[in-house]
Amino acid sequence: MSTTTQAPTHAFRPVPQILVHEVHQPRKNRQWLDWVLTTDHKKIGIMYLVLTFVFFILGGVEALLMRSQLAVPNNTLISGEHYNELLTMHGTTMIFLFVVPVMAGFGNYFVPLMIGARDMAFPRLNALSFWLLLCGGIVFYASLFWHPPEAGWWSYPPLSSIQYSPSGGQDAWIFLIHLTGISSLVGAINFYVTIVNMRAPGMSWGRLPLFIWSILIYAVLLIIALPVVAAAVTMLLTDRHFGTHWFDPTNHGSPVLWENLFWFFGHPEVYIMILPGFGMISEVLPVFARKPIFGYKAIAASTIVIAFLSTLVWAHHLFTAPMPLVVLGFFMLSSFLIGIPTGVKIFNWTATLWRGSLVMTASMYYAIGFLIVFLIGGITGIFLAVFPVDWQLNDTYFVVAHFHYVLMGGAVFAILAGTYYWYPKMTGRLCDERLGKIAFWVTFIGFNLTFFVQHALGLSGMPRRIYTYQPDMGWSTYNLISTIGSYILGIGILMSMYNFVRSYKHGKIAGPDPWKANTLEWFTTSPPPVNNFDSVPRVRSVEPMRDIRLEVEAQTGRLQKTGGSEQFARP
Amino acid sequence: MRRAVIFVRSLLGAVRRSGLRFAAVAAPLAAAIYFALAQSASAACCTLKTGGSPNATSIATLYDIIFGLAVVVFVVVVGFILYSIWKFRASKNPVALQIHGNTRLELSLTLTAVLILVVIAAVTFIKLPSIVNPPNSDAGTVLSASLTAPKPPNGQELTICVTGRQFIWRYTYGANCNKAAWQDKLPYSYQEMEVPAGVTVNLLIQSSDVIHAWWIPALGGKVDAVPGFTTYTWFKALHANELYHGQCAQLCGRQHAFMTALVKVVTPKQYAAWIAQQTNAVAQQNDQVSQIRAYLSKMGTLTPSGNF
Repeated sequence: MSTTTQAPTHAFRPVPQILVHEVHQPRKNRQWLDWVLTTDHKKIGIMYLVLTFVFFILGGVEALLMRSQLAVPNNTLISGEHYNELLTMHGTTMIFLFVVPVMAGFGNYFVPLMIGARDMAFPRLNALSFWLLLCGGIVFYASLFWHPPEAGWWSYPPLSSIQYSPSGGQDAWIFLIHLTGISSLVGAINFYVTIVNMRAPGMSWGRLPLFIWSILIYAVLLIIALPVVAAAVTMLLTDRHFGTHWFDPTNHGSPVLWENLFWFFGHPEVYIMILPGFGMISEVLPVFARKPIFGYKAIAASTIVIAFLSTLVWAHHLFTAPMPLVVLGFFMLSSFLIGIPTGVKIFNWTATLWRGSLVMTASMYYAIGFLIVFLIGGITGIFLAVFPVDWQLNDTYFVVAHFHYVLMGGAVFAILAGTYYWYPKMTGRLCDERLGKIAFWVTFIGFNLTFFVQHALGLSGMPRRIYTYQPDMGWSTYNLISTIGSYILGIGILMSMYNFVRSYKHGKIAGPDPWKANTLEWFTTSPPPVNNFDSVPRVRSVEPMRDIRLEVEAQTGRLQKTGGSEQFARP
Repeated sequence: MRRAVIFVRSLLGAVRRSGLRFAAVAAPLAAAIYFALAQSASAACCTLKTGGSPNATSIATLYDIIFGLAVVVFVVVVGFILYSIWKFRASKNPVALQIHGNTRLELSLTLTAVLILVVIAAVTFIKLPSIVNPPNSDAGTVLSASLTAPKPPNGQELTICVTGRQFIWRYTYGANCNKAAWQDKLPYSYQEMEVPAGVTVNLLIQSSDVIHAWWIPALGGKVDAVPGFTTYTWFKALHANELYHGQCAQLCGRQHAFMTALVKVVTPKQYAAWIAQQTNAVAQQNDQVSQIRAYLSKMGTLTPSGNF
């Protein structure tokens, strides 16, 4: 991507005029060096997004292989060994190499733009974050050529101990956690410092865009949770190779210690993955409802409350482990509590739609799709929080359905909404809206076909992580539906990917503010110049860009044209 | 404030106009019908497996209550979203109402959410004793009791030790099965568990290698078998001549999918006969092994400590 910006083609420019200058000559040859050596948050953000979407495709292929194996009973496409490798690779890839870093990618690109800063606080540390992530991915995927790990993404010992998992794949997994962990930790500190120190004049905490709130809390949660998992995997490493017995029951170690340490990280991790998605939805909905977000303070506060409570619910992953009843009761109630701020968010989002003037763009389709699928994921979460019910549903396909509704339906739909929304800002070109909407329907239908029937599978007793099943169990029909759905879902995702790749060259020119949006990133050109802003306006509300637009309209007496957005204008 | 009032009024107006009031009446009615159906129908799609043991039935009832509430919440929220998309798209409603929030509405809906969760928590704690406390066995059965696990009020129960290992379940029958199974020459079996109907069966669950999870859906919830720990659960099979199927629920290695478990419920009389036969068979096998060991030791092939 060159830093040359598209000259606005329309007659009059937005006022105040954006006078961005070329601050450096683009490189004529060896342009890839620009990417390798860059400390520009936008280039790093783009590299994050491209890399994580590549991992998303890899994880998706792994999922499709598993679904193909489960399509019919007694299938022999994939052996038990390779199935376990696939489920470990799929879970690890999607969590550590896709959802968490893709949020860092969006954060990298948009945090400085949305708060009116010229870069992140520590640009070189920012580059380090990205390259560490890439190293983590390479270390992990290199195990494909030897022996991938097969103990699941939780890697419960003793199964992950040297005795039962002698291969180096398990060690590759440990190093992946270390490398991506340091990457995220460094990135989190960077986000925190940037947001705390580098906001535009007038942008008090009460005027911080909700996406920035969510990235701030995402950073805090990463700083709380990651050291714990770093310690745990280090203990696993020393157990495996240096003769310690932290988790070894034959030498007074305890596998339950690992379970507690892992999920003390693992549950905040769930909110690390979903909170930035919440933030994106909180940005997209008010823009396309042409209406301020309903209950800004409630949404910001609920983000903080969710983060606080998320550190108090980890043992609901251990309801079947050896634990006293009173502990189970505590974690049931704390898990209920977290449903309340989440309910507040869903209520505020739906109220934002009420009496709005909804512009149904592809991004809005995904945002509303998010509301519906995330609602299902949230509701099934209540079932699982009730520990006696969890005794029946834990480790079944009901749980698989639940967390795919939350993470695939929740986080990924939010990511797609965000990508369709911010694509014009990042590339200067609009996505194909029609293709985007078709892709939405294919994705939405495929997603629900794949995962809705998995609730029924879990209820009828199918445990997760089994590589085959017998025809007389009554699971065959649901599994076949789920497999067919997964291929439809795959096609839907590929349509979106095709849309993103194609629109980069062939999309319509977007102009600085195609959506009539609310936040500062739309105040600069698309894509933004290296320095982001020549002058940063004073922020007077949560919606600074809207204020500017209204001001201009009042001064000039006519509707502000928004470069390329004519197709979305009301007739 | 005035805007907020207008907002609430418009909300109520919409309720009147669009027949949502009908929905408000219909939703509880539908929930009631649903409960009746869920309790009677054994539809495999939307309810838990039940009927094998009282604890499984209690969990299923709890599940049904939550499911009813969940359906209502889902229908209301999705109905609201779909109505908004239909009613307020830009072509129909060109000017958006510029409101920033409504504290009273916000608080009341938050309280509604709290109330739903309080109801679920209360129902859970009401149902809990029937799920965790083993009931008395039916009268007239003579049984062996263990010392450690929670017991039924009159102490009459059958204790079975369940030991998981890659990739099979072993069952040892009788009191002290976790302590003195070898000395007491207790009978055991693999994969298929034989139990008498009408008797409270206490399970002591252990693992000898990695973490497994014991689970027979129709006989209650699952319990992890963690090496180094003993966990407990119980069931009371209601009907004889039933075969219940389950399998290990915690990833335990490459053949995890084939770590199945069967529970065969027979009458107490058949059980007594089976136990006697099994004890006999185990004793015979032990005798044979002892003879072979003695022979091999005499021949000098086997050292007294048992090494070749």
